[in-house]
Amino acid sequence: MFKRLGDTGATLTLTVDGKPIRARIGDTVAAAMLAAGIDHCRTTPVSGAPRAPYCLMGVCFECLVTVDGVGSRQGCLVPVAEGMKVETQLGKREAGR
Amino acid sequence: MNESYDLVVIGGGPAGLAAASTAARAGLATVLFDENPGIGGQIYRGITANPVRNRAILGEEYWAGTALAAEAKASGATIVNGATVWSLDASLAVGVSVAGRARTIQARRVIVATGALERPFAIPGWTLPGVMTAGAAQTVLKAQGLLPNGRTVLAGSGPLLWLLAAQMLRAGARLEAVFDTTPPLNWSRAALYLPDFLLSPYFKKGLALMREVKRRTKVRAARHIEAVGTDKLREVVVDGRRIPSDLLLLHQGVVPNVNLAIAAGIDHRWDARQLCFVPVLDADFGSSVPGIAVAGDGAGIAGGTAAAERGRIAAIAAVRALAPDAAVPDPQSARQRLQREELGRAFLDELYRPPKALRRPEGGTIVCRCEEVTAAEVRKTAQMGCEGPNQMKAFLRCGMGPCQGRLCGLTVTELIAEERGRTPDEVGYYRLRPPVKPITLGELASLPASEAERRAVER
Repeated sequence: MFKRLGDTGATLTLTVDGKPIRARIGDTVAAAMLAAGIDHCRTTPVSGAPRAPYCLMGVCFECLVTVDGVGSRQGCLVPVAEGMKVETQLGKREAGR
Repeated sequence: MNESYDLVVIGGGPAGLAAASTAARAGLATVLFDENPGIGGQIYRGITANPVRNRAILGEEYWAGTALAAEAKASGATIVNGATVWSLDASLAVGVSVAGRARTIQARRVIVATGALERPFAIPGWTLPGVMTAGAAQTVLKAQGLLPNGRTVLAGSGPLLWLLAAQMLRAGARLEAVFDTTPPLNWSRAALYLPDFLLSPYFKKGLALMREVKRRTKVRAARHIEAVGTDKLREVVVDGRRIPSDLLLLHQGVVPNVNLAIAAGIDHRWDARQLCFVPVLDADFGSSVPGIAVAGDGAGIAGGTAAAERGRIAAIAAVRALAPDAAVPDPQSARQRLQREELGRAFLDELYRPPKALRRPEGGTIVCRCEEVTAAEVRKTAQMGCEGPNQMKAFLRCGMGPCQGRLCGLTVTELIAEERGRTPDEVGYYRLRPPVKPITLGELASLPASEAERRAVER
């Protein structure tokens, strides 16, 4: 969906669901996922529908991901770091279970 | 970071940067908190570390932010990025979380400069991956140098839509089309304000942008927009015409980001021209809560340059209250510049007033993205007797997901108002409470607790 304008700047590697992706220093987690062609970052707790970043400015909470074990982080506000472990958030709410 | 400051500024866009600079230069101990990795807010996002080498892409308007950022850095204000403010109250205690640690900072004055967000654009399919706001595409272009590379469609109305189209075209993006949803009838009301607009700085800039975009891509008038796909966007349907697409960028203006201000107890009212809630403010942008001012677009939409002037005016008032002998710039000159910036606003508000059909959805269109609540459900519940957004939460959970109503609040208020024949002011907005941003229990637990607080929960 997105490409980089120029290949400027140093890169680093993080993993998304265990798969390594290259990112640029200065990327946020959400931007790095978009640049890597990852088309959604979570599924909703209500219907399980896939969602991808919508606003990229910290208000829509669609880019929620697990970062280094902490759930529901806003991917658009977290800068990437070498070796960071990102996981997509999956699963419907299981009310009454 | 200290435990207390004379002035806490929340938000590092033009209003916050100008406010922090003005106050710090006058000698106030000033801290600026911003949740993003860098200062600049949305309009000057990425201004201190921009990967876009060709300055013409973003335009000179954008690079004007460099001076503001440099001024703030040189002013002596403490600037903290990656700082999430999750609470503010009438005692002027600011709850903030930085690098996984929460603390409470005591302020003598607070300037809320939390800016704007894009107005909800609830159309069928707007929750699909592949549908984003125009502002989102602009954000990654500014801060990360990312450009859409699939079949891209822009739809909506307002100055930002034209600016983004121009910036993307300059950067080499291919746009399938720009669909302009501005209702043609808006021109008749807007025309009343045309004389002022002709004198405003936005007139020439806006005209040049529209010409640039129209020269390089298809621009079509549109009324009905629909995003279609199952797991992601496959096509955009515009007035019945199907356009295979990978990315749909939506925009219909911006509205104040009110969450922190409302949670702090600041009175808001419905602005009938801008179709949103705005804080009730005095001439110095002071709010109904003593000691808290709201500057920038959070005080009502007026644009980035106006935001900086508002920030200065609010900061001068703070200095005069706390340090009457300190030398401050004359607020009159800031007020004059602000007036000039605001001159064309009525024209823009009337011209780009989004049509009812795109503000008040029907049927199965999702209104609350987080809890997947549809327009039909909200309308039916209002018809059954539900009188306001807070009661609506009990029926439908709308506004109770992670975004805390930011993406559905205005839609829900307008739908209830329409169904019950009330004004949006009578219907009101969601009751918002801290924390207004998510924090972990660990962060909360890391707050220093006094002996009395500890004893209060001991058995």
